[in-house]
Amino acid sequence: MNSALSQASTMSNDTLPQNTVVTGPVPGPLAIEAKGLVKRFDGVAAVNGVDISVPQGAIYGILGPNGAGKTTTLRMLLGIIDPDEGVRRVFSHERPHDIGRMIGYLPEERGLYPSMKSVDAIAFMGALRGVPHHEGRQRGRELMKAHGLGHAIEKQIRQLSKGMAQTVQLLGTLVHRPRLVVLDEPFSGLDAINQGKLEQMIRALADDGVTVIFSTHVIHHAERLCEGVAIIAGGKVPYAGSVDEARDRIPAQVKLETRIGEGAWREALPYNAEHETKSATGGDSTHFWHFPLPSTGIEMLLRALIEGGAGILSLSIERAGLHDAFVEIAGEAAARAMEADAEGAAK
Amino acid sequence: MSAASVLSSSPSPSSAGRLSLMQAAFVVARRDFLAILLSKAFILFLLGPLLFVGISAAGGSAATRAADSVAPPRLAVTLANAGERAAFSQAHARLNQLVSLPPITAIEDDRTIDQLLTDKSGNFAGVLSGSLAKPTLNGTGASIASWRGEVALMAAQASSTVAGQVSFQSGQIPDVALSPRESSGAAQRRGNLQTATAAITMLFLLSMLLAGMVLTNLVEEKGNKIIEILAASIPMDAVFLGKLFAMLAVSFVGITVWATVGVALAAVAPGSIPTPSAPAIGWPLFAALFLVYFAMAYLLIGSVFLTVGAMAPTVRDVQTLSMPATILQVLVFFMASFAVADAGGPVETAAIAFPLSSPYVMLARSAQFDTLWWHGAAIAYQLLWVALFVRVGASLFRRKVMQSGPAKSRRRFLRRKAA
Repeated sequence: MNSALSQASTMSNDTLPQNTVVTGPVPGPLAIEAKGLVKRFDGVAAVNGVDISVPQGAIYGILGPNGAGKTTTLRMLLGIIDPDEGVRRVFSHERPHDIGRMIGYLPEERGLYPSMKSVDAIAFMGALRGVPHHEGRQRGRELMKAHGLGHAIEKQIRQLSKGMAQTVQLLGTLVHRPRLVVLDEPFSGLDAINQGKLEQMIRALADDGVTVIFSTHVIHHAERLCEGVAIIAGGKVPYAGSVDEARDRIPAQVKLETRIGEGAWREALPYNAEHETKSATGGDSTHFWHFPLPSTGIEMLLRALIEGGAGILSLSIERAGLHDAFVEIAGEAAARAMEADAEGAAK
Repeated sequence: MSAASVLSSSPSPSSAGRLSLMQAAFVVARRDFLAILLSKAFILFLLGPLLFVGISAAGGSAATRAADSVAPPRLAVTLANAGERAAFSQAHARLNQLVSLPPITAIEDDRTIDQLLTDKSGNFAGVLSGSLAKPTLNGTGASIASWRGEVALMAAQASSTVAGQVSFQSGQIPDVALSPRESSGAAQRRGNLQTATAAITMLFLLSMLLAGMVLTNLVEEKGNKIIEILAASIPMDAVFLGKLFAMLAVSFVGITVWATVGVALAAVAPGSIPTPSAPAIGWPLFAALFLVYFAMAYLLIGSVFLTVGAMAPTVRDVQTLSMPATILQVLVFFMASFAVADAGGPVETAAIAFPLSSPYVMLARSAQFDTLWWHGAAIAYQLLWVALFVRVGASLFRRKVMQSGPAKSRRRFLRRKAA
């Protein structure tokens, strides 16, 4: 899957905006394809030229702080609102409603009829997607039992806990067995246990070939689940592609510990390497170095350190995380805003 | 069965495509219909007729006023002798300057008494026949009894001017015989008018109640945030149609219950339910047209209420914005009531052309006139407006409700001000 995502689009490069990272044409069909989506509200652009390509069967994340344009983008992709500019295609259809039975959608603001029984709520959501009511009830029962909610099948929504109600709504999103599942901030409001269950459910869907696209402002969910991500900030997409590629945009970080602080081997280290000295008892000192992996590679560095007698105590290389990539791509301010959102949601 | 195995079941056979507009509307309508039918609000809705009784009294008063506002009923004078007719007219002209008398029309053609009484254009409540010496008043009991003394006065006055041609002593008051008839054109017209006014009052109350319930339903939907799921799954037109027709179906259930109770009461205790005058087109057709025009009136005002509800970003805004719509509905009712008393006049024509009042006025017409073709034309005209209202409402809904932009722009504005 990652290889497919690393070549994220079949669009021709000359049609793409400059701020989009797409690496070459790909074989394989796309579940979602969006080019230059623009949406303005009262003259203010909420989304301003979004390009996204999601291969079928992928788990794809849309990352960004609140107000970045994630929900508006998803609403345009689903046909809830029409873009002012740009083109969207879902399974090659420009009108998503035409293939409504293939799509499941969990909105950010959860909504269920409080007086409805749980199983009827699931059946109703299935009926909206073409599942006959009696069949929807049958599937609803099976789904609820399978997710440990057998005891709540005939209970009214208002009698359920918040987490249970959210699960019921998620099951309603899946009852018609969609091929594309779109989840807007699905982890929001869930405790750690239910977040884990949701992650399992998303993986199970992907294993079955279902394309899952979700928005989040919590990076580690995207990092754990997604093969591909689109980073949205200020209504634009500065990056869309695989998680690996995003991380590879930042060189791996080298952490080095030496006994000697000076020598010819220092020339092998980048000029901006961070250096810290810690004195030990008996007058000895330990030197800590932190720097990006030089473009010449690790072997050249190692040879210089050994031959120069640097006295290596430890050496490790750490690959950049998605958070680092996000900061690099979207900027420090966007990253801070997203962390604040995540903290707010947790509280 | 594990969670994964349930989720990874083979895809539904119908895993592509979408519901048709009517199928989608049916899904929404079925949900709303059942939810309302099983709610406490529906019980209150069924008890609504009690409210109607009180307001019908006010409506009846309005009907009486409307009936009173039309031209007063006339007395047709068909005395056999032409000279006596002329003398009676002169006496009327002379005495009318001193006392209030019913307007009269001397009939010079050979129409029969029954023809005159059933001629609505003449508006005759009574017909004076016979001679000045032996006058006879024909008509409905109430009218001719009230005119008896006035006719005697005019006959006595007339006889004094027709010297030598009267068979009784000058100054002697003749004895006016009464010949009651079941109905007169004037009485029929008044009755029809009262039926028309009562019918549009019923129409107004029902449609106002239902439009309010539609709005409540939409408010609930906004509060539950389910509207986005509907918008993502089916076309917004289907949501509108589903909601409108669910409430219409609910109202038909209510009307059926009330009609059944009414018929049962009439069968068990005859006379317990006051029966208005038969409408001009007869009861069966009138009942059918009532249902059709009620559906039109409700669909039109319901569309307005749904559109208002759709455009309001919050529940509080919905309630605030619905006020003008309610006032509009009341204005439409008054306009229709006024038009009923002005049959054929410019106000009635305007009220028929204005889509929201058109069903009211046309229903009133069916109570007053027996012409049928214009109802077909009016229903077609109103259907066009219903389609337009729903279309525009759905379009506004899609554009105004499903957005998150304004809140953000407001926040930015506030931040700028704070800075």
